[in-house]
Formats: sequence, structure tokens, C-alpha cells
Amino acid sequence: MKTTRVIPCLDVDSGRVVKGVNFVELRDAGDPVELAARYDAEGADELIFLDITASSDRRETTIEMVRRTAEEVFIPFTVGGGVRTVEDARRLLRAGADKVGINTAAVDRPELISEIADEFGVQCVVVAIDARRRVFAPQSGSGAEAASQNSPGSAQTDSLSWEVFTHGGRTAVGLDAVEWAARAVELGAGEILLTSMDRDGTKEGFDLQLTAAVSAACSVPVIASGGVGTLDHLVQGAVTGHADAVLAASIFHFGEFTIAQAKQALAQAGVAVRPA
Amino acid sequence: MGSGSPGATDAEANPPTIAVLDYGIGNLRSAEKALEHVGAVAVLTADADEIAQADAVVLPGVGAFGRCREALAKTGLDEAALNAVASGRPFLGICVGMQLLYDSSEESPGIAGLGVFAGTVRRLQPGVKQPQMQWNQLSLMNDSPLFEGLGENPWMYFVHSFAAEPSQYLLATCEYGGSVVAAAQSELVFATQFHPEKSGQAGLAVLRNFVNIAASSREARAQRAAQQAQLAQQAQRRAV
Repeated sequence: MKTTRVIPCLDVDSGRVVKGVNFVELRDAGDPVELAARYDAEGADELIFLDITASSDRRETTIEMVRRTAEEVFIPFTVGGGVRTVEDARRLLRAGADKVGINTAAVDRPELISEIADEFGVQCVVVAIDARRRVFAPQSGSGAEAASQNSPGSAQTDSLSWEVFTHGGRTAVGLDAVEWAARAVELGAGEILLTSMDRDGTKEGFDLQLTAAVSAACSVPVIASGGVGTLDHLVQGAVTGHADAVLAASIFHFGEFTIAQAKQALAQAGVAVRPA
Repeated sequence: MGSGSPGATDAEANPPTIAVLDYGIGNLRSAEKALEHVGAVAVLTADADEIAQADAVVLPGVGAFGRCREALAKTGLDEAALNAVASGRPFLGICVGMQLLYDSSEESPGIAGLGVFAGTVRRLQPGVKQPQMQWNQLSLMNDSPLFEGLGENPWMYFVHSFAAEPSQYLLATCEYGGSVVAAAQSELVFATQFHPEKSGQAGLAVLRNFVNIAASSREARAQRAAQQAQLAQQAQRRAV
């Protein structure tokens, strides 16, 4: 049975959760370990830490956070951000992370994907892709295609494409997101974490066409990310986007919805989930 | 949970030592920490003496079968593992650690596994995403102390593209593009394709059961040793 995973994502800077988290009863709302344990207890299927720590000398804090998390959290967790070498991956995995997320470094040097996969197995390599819709110049006679329709399989789908961005969405790299995802899988990615830069932070829902296109192109699981504002968005990600996992941050952090509510909504829509 | 299992009290009063074999692959810390969490004294070790003295042994594993097998051989832990199995002490193989207990794997043709379980590890059925990287529900096929108190269909976390073929050791299955072997057992050698150390409370309950099995097995061995010593003493007295 295929089951869809619900994954809260925590942004962490120097061992502290950066975006505000509005849980009651937390001793320390900035402590990623306490939050992670809370999500584990609530029934989250996995966790992703996105480490945005800038300077490399502060990386030790991240390793320490991973070590503490591994002592208290007994569901899988991924750590992404700043992984540039096999050694970076090794340190995180040895400290207790189950998977490492690589983004910019994989675009800069795609062999890194194979190197980490060869060393530790494909199951621990999550290639994170930040994608933005390409805007086309109007074709003669047809006019600009309205690319904003959110229905995969519509007449516009064929002309849609998305470009890969790196450095936290600041740098366009000229790669097609769907092609890059497929190539990443060939190189040894065990999972794709797909974020729509257009939707991230908007609360308008996933880019379902992007999600469906990447999911169809990949033989490995795809995590949909970017734009979740309602529980129905999670359902759409699984049903229409064919995502294998749905990621959200603010709706969980700010207590708008619980993991249990998310799973209930998915189950009611006929999406199999592990009950919270 | 587990409070009613044999050896529970013993495990609490005098926690068994469990050696987690450290052969340099991926994330071994989780298994160690989860075992500690359920009351064992867990040691992440590659030391043959330490392994020989432990009450039970855990063989974790992630990545490719061939690479793990190679790493086991390089560290000499293949022999340590086989010795542990031969000693009759409880043994638990997790994920690729389970697969390594079989004769071979389609993932790495020509490389011999440890051969504790007869059979081959095969690729998952086509038509489903691989690896299976998700939670799935077990169907328990046989009673086992490993799953005591877990109900009929506990949820566990899987990450794998290969799985053992069904055999007489079958303990549990899950459904993923067909029936998949999720756990196996032969006497006190247990194996799980899923990751109990990553399966939340249900996974911790499996590990707690394993710790209890380790405690009762230690107790049984101690009793046997005491009996033997007594018999030997009696024999000596008779001889005198």
C-alpha cells in the first residue's frame, strides 16, 4: 500500500529555529530538538531541517543539534543546507541524520549526488530542487499562454516549464526542473524535495502542475513543498500532484492545523496515511 | 508496553548490554540511541571482545548490499556477527542488516551474504516507486515475542528497494506492489526490513521487546550455566 507522508519543515540558523513557532507549552520555541520531539509525538511521518547557517565555523552547532535530535526523535529526519562534500554528508549521518538534502552543491557539481549515494546509499540522498515557472514570450497568433491554471493535463501543460534556482532561490541556473529531477535520480537521488518558488510563502497551494510533472518523471518519491495554506492543499498535492509526501511549515508551526488534522483530511479524501 | 513480557522486570533492574555493530556505514547512532531509550545499555562497537560479551547483538545496515558486506568483511565484523548467531544469543538484523543474513542479493550478484537464513534478497515488484520510502502496515504472520503487545497491524517505517523472498522464517509482511517480507525469525535470530529505530512508538516497542528477549535469554543462559556447574560438582563429588 502506498501511503503519503506528512512532513513538517524547520528552518534552523545556528541551531535555532528561525521562523517563529507558535506552539503553546513549549519550554523553548526556538529549540529545534524540542519542536522535533513534539512533531514526532503528534504523528509527523518525517522531519526536515533546513539549515540556513551561513558561516561554516558555526556548522558544529548544527552537528550538535543533529546529535541531540537523534537522542530524542525516533522518526526519520533529513538535514539540508550547506552540504557540499561527502565529508559534510558523513558528519551529519554519523551524528544521527537519516538523509541529507543537497541543492546548490548538486547543481554546481552533479557528481556529488553519485558520490554520496555510492558511499551511503541512495536512500539518504535527497536532492532539493527550487523551481520557478518560466514566462514565455507570446507565440505568433496564439497569445501568451495563461500558465497560471493549476490543472495538470490541461492544454497548456505541454508548453509549461520550470527553471531551477539555487542559492535559496536567488540564482537562475538555466536548467529545466523536470529534466534536472530525472537526471538527479539517474545520478543516485533517492528522493526529490521539490519547492515551487512561485508558491513558497503564498499560502495558495502547491504548484500542482510542477509537482505532477516532476513526479511523473521520477521513479523515486517526490516531496511537494511550497505554498501550503490549507489542509485541502495537502490533499491536492497528493491527489492531483501525485506527490509521495507533502511538506508544510507555517500551518503547523503557527498552530493553524495539527498533524492529526492534516492526516484526517488526507484520509477523508481517500489518501492512505499512517494515522496520527 | 512490554511490562508483561518475560524478562521485563529483569531488563529494568539489570539492563542487558546490546552491541550495535559499527562498520562505518551511514547512520548507526539512531539504533544505538533508540536501544538506550528503551532501557538497554547500547554500545556502538567494532571490538570483537565487546561483541562477544554483549547479551545481544544488532546488525544495522543502510545502502547497498555489496558495499555493506564488503565493509563487514573489512572490519572483521562478519565473523563477529556469525559468532554471535552461533552462540545462541539474541540477534537483530535491521534493513540491509536483515538482508545480509541471507545467502545473496539481486542487488549485488556474486557477493555472498552471511547465510544465516537460506534464500535470496530480491528487487521489489515493478510498478511502485523505489525505494519504498514510507510508513507501511505490517501483517503479522506468526506469533513472536518481537511483536508482543503491538496488535495485528502496526505501522513501521521502510526504506528499501530489495527484500528477502518468503521462506519458513517469515514473521511479517507488508503490501507494496505485492506482498513484501517485512520481518523474519529463526530461533533467537530476528530480522526486520523496516527500521524499528525510526518507527516512532511502535518501533520502540519492538526494540523494547528485543531488549526483554535479551534479558530473558541472559537469564536462561545463566541458569543453564549454574545447572551445569552444579552437575559438574555432583559428578566430581561422586568421583571422589
